[in-house]
Amino acid sequence: MSIRKALQEKILVLDGAMGTMIQDYKFEENDYRGERFKEYSYPLKGNNDLLVLTQPKAIEDIHLAYLEAGADILETNTFNSNSISMEDYHMCDLVEELNLAAVECAQRAIDRYRKNGGTEPKFIAGSVGPTNKTASLSPDVNDPGYRAVTFDDLKVTYYEQCVSLIKAGVDIVLIETVFDTLNAKAALFAAQDAIENLEAEVEIMLSGTITDASGRTLSGQTTEAFLISVSHSPLLSVGLNCALGAKQLMPYLQTLDAKSPFAVSAHPNAGLPNAFGEYDETPEQMASQIKDYLELNLVNIIGGCCGTSPAHIKAIADLSKNYEPRNYDC
Amino acid sequence: MSQETMIVNRPSRPMRLSGLEPLVLTENTNFVNIGERTNVTGSRKFLRLIKERQFDKALDIARDQVEGGAQILDVNMDEGMIDGVEAMTTFLNLIATEPDIARIPIMIDSSKWEIIEAGLKCVQGKSVVNSISLKGGEEEFIHQAKTIKRFGAAVIVMAFDEDGQADNYERRIEICKRSYDVLTNTVDFPPEDIIFDPNIFPVATGMEEHRLNALDFFRATKWIKENLPYAKVSGGISNVSFSFRGNNTVREAMHASFLYHAIQNGMDMGIVNPTMLEVYEEVDKELMTRIEDVLLDRKEDSTEALLEFAQTVAGTVKDEARVLEWRNQAVEKRLEHSLIKGVTEFIEQDVEEARTQFSRPLEVIEGPLMDGMNIVGDLFGEGKMFLPQVVKSARVMKKAVAYLLPYLEDEKSQGGRSSAGKVLLATVKGDVHDIGKNIVGVVLACNNFEIIDLGVMVPPEKILQAAQEHQVDMIGLSGLITPSLDEMIHIAKEMERMEMRMPLLIGGATTSRAHTAVKIDPEYSGGVMHVNDASRAVGVSSKLLSENGPLYILQEKASLEKVRDGYAKHRERKALVSMEFAQKNKPKLEFNKSTVPTPKFIGSRQIHDISISEVIPYIDWTPFFQTWQLFGKYPKILQDKIVGDEAKKVFNDAQSMLREIKKDGWLTLKAAYGIFPASRVGEEIKLGIDGELGSFYALRQSGEKSKFQCLSDFIAPKGDIQDYIGCFAVTAGLDIEGPLKKFEAEMDDYKALMLKALADRLAEALAEFLHLRIRREFWGYAPDEQLTNDELISEKYKGIRPAPGYPACPDHMDKQTIFTLLKAEEIGMSLTESLAMYPASSVSGYYFAHPESKYFAVGKISKDQVEAYAASRGISVDLAEKWLAPNLNY
Repeated sequence: MSIRKALQEKILVLDGAMGTMIQDYKFEENDYRGERFKEYSYPLKGNNDLLVLTQPKAIEDIHLAYLEAGADILETNTFNSNSISMEDYHMCDLVEELNLAAVECAQRAIDRYRKNGGTEPKFIAGSVGPTNKTASLSPDVNDPGYRAVTFDDLKVTYYEQCVSLIKAGVDIVLIETVFDTLNAKAALFAAQDAIENLEAEVEIMLSGTITDASGRTLSGQTTEAFLISVSHSPLLSVGLNCALGAKQLMPYLQTLDAKSPFAVSAHPNAGLPNAFGEYDETPEQMASQIKDYLELNLVNIIGGCCGTSPAHIKAIADLSKNYEPRNYDC
Repeated sequence: MSQETMIVNRPSRPMRLSGLEPLVLTENTNFVNIGERTNVTGSRKFLRLIKERQFDKALDIARDQVEGGAQILDVNMDEGMIDGVEAMTTFLNLIATEPDIARIPIMIDSSKWEIIEAGLKCVQGKSVVNSISLKGGEEEFIHQAKTIKRFGAAVIVMAFDEDGQADNYERRIEICKRSYDVLTNTVDFPPEDIIFDPNIFPVATGMEEHRLNALDFFRATKWIKENLPYAKVSGGISNVSFSFRGNNTVREAMHASFLYHAIQNGMDMGIVNPTMLEVYEEVDKELMTRIEDVLLDRKEDSTEALLEFAQTVAGTVKDEARVLEWRNQAVEKRLEHSLIKGVTEFIEQDVEEARTQFSRPLEVIEGPLMDGMNIVGDLFGEGKMFLPQVVKSARVMKKAVAYLLPYLEDEKSQGGRSSAGKVLLATVKGDVHDIGKNIVGVVLACNNFEIIDLGVMVPPEKILQAAQEHQVDMIGLSGLITPSLDEMIHIAKEMERMEMRMPLLIGGATTSRAHTAVKIDPEYSGGVMHVNDASRAVGVSSKLLSENGPLYILQEKASLEKVRDGYAKHRERKALVSMEFAQKNKPKLEFNKSTVPTPKFIGSRQIHDISISEVIPYIDWTPFFQTWQLFGKYPKILQDKIVGDEAKKVFNDAQSMLREIKKDGWLTLKAAYGIFPASRVGEEIKLGIDGELGSFYALRQSGEKSKFQCLSDFIAPKGDIQDYIGCFAVTAGLDIEGPLKKFEAEMDDYKALMLKALADRLAEALAEFLHLRIRREFWGYAPDEQLTNDELISEKYKGIRPAPGYPACPDHMDKQTIFTLLKAEEIGMSLTESLAMYPASSVSGYYFAHPESKYFAVGKISKDQVEAYAASRGISVDLAEKWLAPNLNY
């Protein structure tokens, strides 16, 4: 079944946090290195995306747990699998391999789900993070005209990742946690080029991040301005994720619902981080807030970001089953 | 169905543009005003500012446009003497950081495609490209339109084709129709994002063929709106009155009239200089009649009639600068306005005025300036301002205070007031955010505190060292990002370890009272205050230094403890194996003739005359660039598109300073090294044949998933074969103080920093160089080693040289043993009470020769290991715990 068709029929459930789940494994430097990178000259702990090569079973298991919890769309473990972010670990030359291996992890999880008797259609979304640099802001307060990265740099970087993901067989490219719309525009440019050049039938999902009480992205745009700035692309969906919990996201989601010609997605955090940077909203608490979205018919795709677990996704999936998806002209 | 009803019934497809905020044009939207003063072809002042690279003032022009009501900002850099791509990029990047300008969409205006593309790469919002046309043929037109679509911009299409510019009604509609069809059919360009510019040409030129210029424009506009669904019409108004240059009264009236009729015919937007526009209703009736006779070609002799009448109208020149209403307010209000809006233009003038009104310069800061900043803080808190705006406000504040500083100092020297106290401020390592900290600094300085501001990304060593050096009364730490919290905890622990007593103030967006209570306060007995509000800083600091200071600290400690109790959370622990298990499963290395090489000499030696030239080739430059916050690998970084130029500059400066160092003997390099018999007993490495030279004490990995390694594993146990261990201490920082003082006296921070950075690099290079000679000559186990510098940097050599205090041996205490063994004081090196090496640019460590020896990190360790460790080292468990605090798993 095509994802567009699936979207007509129900609210699709996106999986939850990958990083939070990986934390539970308490991997140490050596686990991150595995056999292959045993002698690597740079520390690798924290390079979660590398785990698709060194701890593929763990990643596959996390995916499977989300599938069994009721996720319809799996996000690959590739948030930072781009050459700019990988520079931190001196692993730029691994980008293609990381993306391929990540998609394989997700695919193997789906195979196992089928083997266990699962019959629901499942989709793989290649996660494309924003990179750790921003094209609209200067990292130097005293030199506001300076940019640590240019549109062209980003385009090349995103293109490499998108091509790798598409070749590996994803159904969707998910450009997420957009804090700078100019980064996102470079990613959209690259994703469309990649889809065109590979003649692939791949959809694009886009998800932005509202960073604070001002209701704006980090680069200063309001939700509506953000939507307008990305609407030139043939998106499957536009949405919001991260930074805020479900409750705080509500007003901005309503803006998207009112203005978006695309499907609307949301994958909020499990509440706001407490003073220790931990998320402590329980599955029940989170689901009860998401219930408000559902009652108002705000979303077509719903999932979780930081701090969410299969238990959260299960609670959300069980709940969303009972509701109609948001109406939109597709 | 008639044309009319078709228009009425078609579904709404508004044009949506955006800057930081949306601009949505529906059928009901009034005429959209495009700001045009930021155009080098239209504004001589703007051209001059760009040529002189006075971008600050160029931005003021942009801001004026927005404040004056522009809804889209046209930016044009088409001038022969300007690098258009560079100017467009720079100016748009600057606009992006000015929220009150970036609020509205940008119109990227150029006749050069490469400038348009450069502009599109700088704007996050949905902008408008001005313009493309069929001038260069259909193929080029399609390519450009496709690219614009992929960038997500709307487009202005000029009525221009292969045969030239459309200059009559028929050509206008023919070209617009053709352009529209290509765009909507071939490119699939959204029709609502197409804006036609059907060419506004001058009227009343005296030439017959110009008679219909205005009328044809009106008719073409009407036709486009009726026949090309959703398309818009725009144009540059001032062209129409070109023949009346010098007579602004006529021009302003003509613009008003032209605009009125164009809008009547459906024109949606236009480039209009608001200062060159009269209100339609206010134009002299007779003048208006004559103008409209011309525009609408109502009379045979209308041009002559208007020219004649124009003579009678005084060509008054209006003041170009619009009167800024807010400038008429009281000085306090003006300061407030400048702070909130981030306007620097008038700040010095206003501050000066305020200074003369208040009795003391300090009152200007404490009064209107702080009031303004408080409003900024409140608005920020309420989400009504956002960060980039606050940054701008802070800049204005900085400027204001800088202006007042000489007066403040004057007053101080006259009044002879002594400092209220010394406060050290720093943004912790890994964090670049310093707005909050700077504001606190400003506020405290204004209240007569002496501020030692170490800046951003300050390593804890430097904070603590500076605190001691300057004997400060308190330390204030700031941070905005989450990892900064750990840095703060670390510094609190270090302060405790170093037995400091001064209060520690914690502030910054990421901090909280809860975190301070649970994680920081328990680590430091000297008093920890959470001060997250610049306005509280003075109160807290003054209280701390008052007679009741100690009492205040106790009260705060008690109240933090209460907070802590509320957070009775159990910390998660790492899964560790028992010491016994780790020891049983440790790596077992082979010790035989080939793995235990016999050194060429035993004992310790010193080198006092090391030539800098010999060491320079071993410099690892990558960290040098990191010091300057330029990130990238050397030498690739020199070619880097973004930081390459800066990297080259600093690299060249480094080279020339290295030459000076060599020539003038600014730095003296010395080294001490030794190789001694050694044997291991458990985690201990006994030195000498029977341990007569003392011991090194190592730690074993205990993480469940670790390999249970310990440095002692690399040394053979006492038995069949005699093993050895080496150690070294090198410094490149001797004699550095002389030149540093000179630089500091010259206020040349750059050179001072450069010298320090180079000394650090030279010390590391010296360690590398010495290790090489150890392997090749002194120990001699790799006499034929031929590694490139890159291979050395990536540690391809045989054997290792871990340093105490680093991951493989987190305890610093072995440094004392090393220094004693090598008589390091003879080469001018010593250890501070915190076991930091002096001079700062120094390295010390051990040498292990076993081919299987590898760098690793000890990680978390359990209480049983710490107790055993303390016992064998002969120190108290408490002391061991202090030194090993970051590694404790309990």
